[in-house]
Amino acid sequence: SSIQTIGEEQIQNPYTELLVLKGHQDIVRFLVQIDDCRFASAGDDGIIFLWNVQTGEKLHELHGHTHKITAIAPFSSSDVTDEKSDLIITASADRTVIFWDCTSGRQIQKVSCFHSTVKCLTVLQRLNVWLSGGSDLCVWNRKLDLLCKTSHLTDAGVSALVELPKNCVAAAVGKELIIFRLSASNNGSEDWNILEVKRLVDHQDNISSLVSVNDLTFVTGSHIGELIVWDALDWTKQASECNFWDSSVHPDVQPEIKLSQSPHETSVQHLTSDEECVFAAVGKGIYVYNLQMKRVIACQRAAHDSSVLHIEKLPNRQLISCSEDGSVRIWELREKQQLPAEPVPTGFFSMWGFGRSNKQANQAAKKMQENTPVYFLELVGDLIGHSSAVQMFLYFGELGLATCSADHLIILWKDGERESSLRSLTLFKKLAKNGDLLLKL
Amino acid sequence: MISAPDVVAFTREEELEDDLYREPPLPEEYSVPLFPFAGQGANPWAKVAGSKFTRDFILISEFSEQVGPQPLLTIPDDAKVSGTFDLNYFSLRIMSVDYQASFVGHPPGSAYPKLNFVEDSKVVLGDSKEGAFAYVHHLTLYDLEARGFVRPFCMAYISADEHKIMQQFQELSTEFSKASECLKTGNRKAFANELEKKLKDLDYTRTVLHNETEQQKKANDKGYYTTQAIEKANELASVEKSIIEHQDLLRQIRSYPYRKLKDSEFHPYEPQCALDRADVGSDQDPAASEPGETHLYTHVPSYTPKLIKAKSAKCFDKKLKTLEELCDVYFFTQTLDQLHHIERTFRGDVCYLLTEQISRALLKQQSVTNFLFEDVSFLDEKPPEKQYRGCQGLGQEAIDEKCSEESLAPKVVISLGSYKSSVECVPIKMEQEMDDSEEPKMSESVMSEQQENLDYLDADIKGSISSGESIEVLGTEKSGSGLTKSESQASLPVIPSPQAGRSKVGSRRTVSEDSIEVLSTCPSESLIPEDFKASYPSAINEEPYVDDDEGGLRFTPRANPGVDDGQDDVSKQESLVQVDAACCIGKESPNFLEPLPELGQKPCEEDGVVRIPPQPYRPGEQGLRGGFPSHDGLSAGLLPYELDSRYLTGSREVSKSSLDECSDSTSYISSAASTCSDRTPSPARLGSAAGERHRKRAGQNALRFIRQYPFAHPAIYSLLSGRTLVVLGEDENMVKKLVTALSIFVPNCGVYAKPVKHWVTSTLHLVDFQKWKLIGLQRAVSPAGVNVLHALGRYSRYLSILDADSKTLRCPLYKGTVVARLADHRTQIKRGSTYYMHVQSILTQLCSKAFLFTFCHHLHLPISETEPEESVVNRRMNFLKLQLGLANEDIKIVQYLAELLKLHYIQEPGQGGNPLLRFDYVPSFLYKI
Repeated sequence: SSIQTIGEEQIQNPYTELLVLKGHQDIVRFLVQIDDCRFASAGDDGIIFLWNVQTGEKLHELHGHTHKITAIAPFSSSDVTDEKSDLIITASADRTVIFWDCTSGRQIQKVSCFHSTVKCLTVLQRLNVWLSGGSDLCVWNRKLDLLCKTSHLTDAGVSALVELPKNCVAAAVGKELIIFRLSASNNGSEDWNILEVKRLVDHQDNISSLVSVNDLTFVTGSHIGELIVWDALDWTKQASECNFWDSSVHPDVQPEIKLSQSPHETSVQHLTSDEECVFAAVGKGIYVYNLQMKRVIACQRAAHDSSVLHIEKLPNRQLISCSEDGSVRIWELREKQQLPAEPVPTGFFSMWGFGRSNKQANQAAKKMQENTPVYFLELVGDLIGHSSAVQMFLYFGELGLATCSADHLIILWKDGERESSLRSLTLFKKLAKNGDLLLKL
Repeated sequence: MISAPDVVAFTREEELEDDLYREPPLPEEYSVPLFPFAGQGANPWAKVAGSKFTRDFILISEFSEQVGPQPLLTIPDDAKVSGTFDLNYFSLRIMSVDYQASFVGHPPGSAYPKLNFVEDSKVVLGDSKEGAFAYVHHLTLYDLEARGFVRPFCMAYISADEHKIMQQFQELSTEFSKASECLKTGNRKAFANELEKKLKDLDYTRTVLHNETEQQKKANDKGYYTTQAIEKANELASVEKSIIEHQDLLRQIRSYPYRKLKDSEFHPYEPQCALDRADVGSDQDPAASEPGETHLYTHVPSYTPKLIKAKSAKCFDKKLKTLEELCDVYFFTQTLDQLHHIERTFRGDVCYLLTEQISRALLKQQSVTNFLFEDVSFLDEKPPEKQYRGCQGLGQEAIDEKCSEESLAPKVVISLGSYKSSVECVPIKMEQEMDDSEEPKMSESVMSEQQENLDYLDADIKGSISSGESIEVLGTEKSGSGLTKSESQASLPVIPSPQAGRSKVGSRRTVSEDSIEVLSTCPSESLIPEDFKASYPSAINEEPYVDDDEGGLRFTPRANPGVDDGQDDVSKQESLVQVDAACCIGKESPNFLEPLPELGQKPCEEDGVVRIPPQPYRPGEQGLRGGFPSHDGLSAGLLPYELDSRYLTGSREVSKSSLDECSDSTSYISSAASTCSDRTPSPARLGSAAGERHRKRAGQNALRFIRQYPFAHPAIYSLLSGRTLVVLGEDENMVKKLVTALSIFVPNCGVYAKPVKHWVTSTLHLVDFQKWKLIGLQRAVSPAGVNVLHALGRYSRYLSILDADSKTLRCPLYKGTVVARLADHRTQIKRGSTYYMHVQSILTQLCSKAFLFTFCHHLHLPISETEPEESVVNRRMNFLKLQLGLANEDIKIVQYLAELLKLHYIQEPGQGGNPLLRFDYVPSFLYKI
């Protein structure tokens, strides 16, 4: 099926102003929010930039890594420390991890005792510790003391980490999902331990994404398009989906599409969720999986020209996706009022639920569907600005949207109307300050 | 009453066609007389047909003690310029002004010769027979060998346009003072050197004489002195006296700069650039060539003294030093540079100069909006005197002070009122009886004549009776410049009340009995409502000429309509001059109050910064609308572009002859100074000549574009609304031409360069659209070219694409009205520069709308806290639509301009600010020819 396009007239697209932030000299892969108006960007050039999202001002340029950045995590101050300070932790391919102070832009500390590249970082605010995942999993405290570490897990290393209740973490290691439990040993509060609790081997291929939905659920996705919903407490499989890509379950889709499917195009690139649904970026498409109904309620098989790299759910039922094709698209999850007599719609918005798909299940789903609302993803706008793959984006609410890309640029997309009135406000403030408001007679 | 048959007769078509040129002649009083000199092919505004030179030039003359007045050089140094103009004769005229009693030599009661540091004098002379009017700047240079140690020189700016000289008097005076100061500084240095050498010579001579005397004494054992010995002793004594005298002179010349430093008006000449020393001739002593007055009097060691003969050579035998020798080569070159600068600055028509000055001054005040469409770089230009690298230095404080003053008072301030009080009138020959008897007759006949005609006759009369010489000194440097700052301020009404203060004091003098007319020093400059003017058209036409023709010396100051004030001013001069009371009253009548555009005028007055510029006394040339004399009456309600086109169609025929050679000159009207080839406007005021040429070319290209492309409107709309327009084409020249044409519509984003890129061959990125709003792009067939096109497709929402090869345009729809006025393809405007100005005027209107929109508080912010955002939005749209009368897409233009204004205003001076790209999600359409 061909990609859905939207014309040049995009009434619902609020982003009518953009700022290009230049600074990086290589692919920008990570954007991380520090606070309401600041974010950090990092990428293959090993430099971290701090930006003001309001003005686009470059606040700091952090140099310290000699290789590309592999992971970045904010470590905002907890009530434990006296002074409020915003920190970020960065890991790089030079096998170091650096702590940065975002306010001063200075390097606080550097750890370089790793045997392998740290591929993921997770901060457990509750415990005031942070974890680094490489070929092994290490637990650190705020002062960068190594509290404990696991044995060597795999050469490939931990690809994703997610915090689970009861001091547990789930680590994606290859095809396996390993649950670890952190415990302070009885001897003393500073004596930490990390124990492997369970190994889950349900995935057929490498786990590519791991996301926590709520305290009770987390979701994993793999390279061949499996999606498994797990119970966060007892680590059991609640539901699973595969064959996202399998169009054979859809009677109205031509079979030749199936032939062209490559593993790459079925990979679950990114997962995000709200309370109700899990949104999965699979290949070029976007799928909405309802946790209650345990089925895909809406999908967009060809949301982009190329792999979708990142998706995010906005509060207002909107969904933003970015892709290797360099575009960012804004979708809206809409409910379709369907008359019972009407045939099932086809085409772009083929709504199809599928369980462990077989024809029977389909039929059942179809029947159920007649009574339940039908959803579809409507394209409401696209943002074209990057000339290369858009790696990631950060949504700042009304402040706008920051996107980073392989073309070394970060673009801030803003609501032109809002910015205009903000400028007016600034203007009149400045007028008042300068005393120009007084009539000069 | 018109009866029905009459009406029918005039509406019958066939008759109308036939009788178009055979209608019964108009009554005599309504007919427009033919231009009397049309046969000569001259343009009708050329008042002085007899001017023998082709353009304004600068003449340096000397009153040589050997041969009398003689011209030394002209600038530009081109024989064609002065043409048949008799330089020798004119030198005689300008040098024959005994402008100041500058006694140099032995003053009574003084033992030694005293150097008198004379101030320069500045005079305006007119010679209507020659058709020449001149600003004459007299100065004296010191020469040890000259009589009284002084050599009188003068520099004259010669123009055929008396008004130009009068209008630009202050500027000319300032500029020439700089040149003069430069010359004099060099001269003092050279003079001091010369004195030192002479002193050495004298010292040496004394030693030699002393030795000889001693020898004689020894040889002479007799009790008496031989005649030879007495002679030697006398000689020795005279040498010693001479030494003392010269030492005294040296002391005087050395003390000069220090004395002068106290004077804030004095700008010592201080060259900074060490490289310039290379200019100094090789024959010069290295130490002597050290520029700068501080090093002027250093010891010159390498000089070998000569024996001085008791009897110097006869006055006529010796060869006088050239100006170059007098002033030191370095300073001489500097002076020439300055004079060339002056020549360039004042080149062109006075209307043009004035308009330029006025618009510059007005623009300067529009600090909030002027960056949008104007080239503001020239506004920031330092005042010329600062720019002139020579004139900085010792008196830095004084200069700063002066500069700040100058920046407060822009060029338009021609406070001629200042020298009203400092005027000295020197009537050498008064032949008023003759004039008085003759002129009333003339004026009567002239009264009913048309404007230009009258003008002409007027000049003719002047020329015919030119005979003797009368010289008028308008102001010496001391009095003139000293008073400028204080008295002019005082005499000018700062905030004129509508009825009283609008007109400015003007003293107008005519010495019309002969060829040297001294012209109105302060013509009427005032403003009145337009209707006043319209109701007294004849008065406007006639009064000044009555005044002019009646001759006699006359001061007619007009402080305001309150006659008494004016009269008070002149009362002391009335003993000298005969005042025609009737004329005074006539001049004070509101008819002479000149309307000026309200927009610019008011704020200026209130700031006390821009005062009304002095205006030529011909009403047609008055004020800002000086450019359109023939449409004075009509112009009241016309929009600028209508005026333009009407005007151009009307005048095209007449000036056909000059059309080609000055086809692109800005000032289309030739006035008295119609030195046709010389219409190039003064580059100094515009930043650069290139900039001016660029405007003309851009205007011309834009006209062509508008006529050629039916889709010019949406293209221009794209530019005005901030959507980047890409001109795509294979041929670089064609693309560049189009870009140049369209560049005049591109609003600036800041005070820096225009966001225009003429030629790009690489792929465009988003960043380029932030930076450039108009891009010329190469269409290539190579793979890279495919990428380029691909990028265009990708970013098409940010772009309008004008394909120069296939003549298509892809851009959003435009349904507004502003651009239609801006770019009417049926426009009558023929010339690039005119069209450029037309565009400027429309864009200025847009700017003012944008300004209003931007700075209306309630349009952007809620009046009360509780007011919802929607009502503000509604108010905003209503304002744009109803108050500003904008339709459809025009709103977007103003919104975009407003956004630029906001950004410009809130931008902190230090930081560059991120360029942002605003865009709309609007569909584009493809236009084809």
